[in-house]
Amino acid sequence: MSNTPDSLRYTKSHEWVKDNGDGTVTVGITDHAQELLGDLVFVELPEVGASLDAGAECAVVESVKAASDVYAPLAGEVISVNEDLAAAPESINADPYEGGWMFTLKIADPGALAGLMDAGAYTATVEAEDH
Amino acid sequence: MTNKTILNAEHRHRGARMVPFGGWDMPLHYGSQIEEHHAVRRDAGMFDVSHMRVIDLVGADARGFLRRLLANDVARLTTAGKALYSCMLNPDGGVIDDLIVYHVDDTWYRMVVNAATADSDLGWIEREAEGRNLEITVRNDLAMIAVQGPLAREKGLPCLPAGLRGEVGGLKPFHAAHHNEWYVARNGYTGEDGFEIMVPAAEASSLWQCLAAAGVTPCGLGARDTLRLEAGMNLYGTDMDEGISPLESGLGWTIAWEPGDRNFIGREALERQREKGVEKRFVGLVLMDRGVLRNHLDVFSGDTRVGEITSGGFAPTLGHSIALARVDADAASAGLTVDIRGRRLPLLVVKPPFVRHGKATVELPD
Repeated sequence: MSNTPDSLRYTKSHEWVKDNGDGTVTVGITDHAQELLGDLVFVELPEVGASLDAGAECAVVESVKAASDVYAPLAGEVISVNEDLAAAPESINADPYEGGWMFTLKIADPGALAGLMDAGAYTATVEAEDH
Repeated sequence: MTNKTILNAEHRHRGARMVPFGGWDMPLHYGSQIEEHHAVRRDAGMFDVSHMRVIDLVGADARGFLRRLLANDVARLTTAGKALYSCMLNPDGGVIDDLIVYHVDDTWYRMVVNAATADSDLGWIEREAEGRNLEITVRNDLAMIAVQGPLAREKGLPCLPAGLRGEVGGLKPFHAAHHNEWYVARNGYTGEDGFEIMVPAAEASSLWQCLAAAGVTPCGLGARDTLRLEAGMNLYGTDMDEGISPLESGLGWTIAWEPGDRNFIGREALERQREKGVEKRFVGLVLMDRGVLRNHLDVFSGDTRVGEITSGGFAPTLGHSIALARVDADAASAGLTVDIRGRRLPLLVVKPPFVRHGKATVELPD
């Protein structure tokens, strides 16, 4: 059973979003997503400074099995990216919510966070996909 | 309807991620495909390959029939237990399947064919064998476990029946030994040393457990694919199929042209193709940039599409992505590129294999 921390928000496309409380969020892919993808071998991250629309393709995770797009969960500007993933993409498999973070965004509309799913709603979505 | 091998419960017990493959419910990995891959390159791993089908051909006509049925020549198998890799072709020279055939004795040959093609293979073989003095038996009573890696022999031998250990320990590559219903061959699909063990189904679970206790890592289809790709071995259905000749699949070496009067199925078509000039060549590719070469990606020379990746993936031993590809015979090797998400990335053309016995066999720039 995959891990879905209650403290985070989630998207249907399997990104997690952490509210940093200062108008920025940290984004990665969920434990469920990394399990589905299998061992990750390459990660392509967005450019720092890029301005993203909500739902825009902004990163790619490539596993032994497939390449998968990562979408911006909210509109905003990319503040930083996890450079360590270039050498160690497997951090996303081992530690999707901490060491496997992908990028941070300064979000355009702090109110939009509330529109994302909580852990319960995300878990229900995943279970519905599995059946 | 999904088939289950006799080892299905073993896989589930060990937490395997199961996937459908060729009509079978098979393990993809047991946690980490890359760790399983490294276990085979550095230590020992085991694969349940019971989904592959064992077909025995017994009778006075078995040898003559196989010399007609297969593009490689079983007359090359002069000693008992010797194995041969061959394509089985249709009259157009397309590959119906690739397989291993063992010479058990002069009137008994054993073929091991791919799972997904097994039913159609059997239909083809039975039609071609009509009127021959030959008995065809599918050996569903046997399971098959491949034990592969530099320590496969050391760790695997003690799990074999006592009466078989000595003989198996002395086997040369591509030879098999048998004892009662056990049949053990020194070969595999990984580029490492090891065995493929055909074992009575009732004894398969205890063999699997013995191997696991000896420190042999259970490995799924995911690692099996990256290992065979690194070893430069073709996968039926992706690298070649009924519409493709072995001459365009890097398998020309498996065709026994001599003796010239051996009229195997597909021979005329291959001879015509050879005279006309083979239009495609089969190459190995390495991507030095970050990214993964995937099946069906187009290969370019300048702005011209000159071919397609037939099977690609990440090579854990090399830390780069590699592929097998079919390209126009006249396309230059220098300057080939691949399109990955709108970017043209340069390719290095190499001669497979990429890896043998744990080491890179292609030279990569720093």
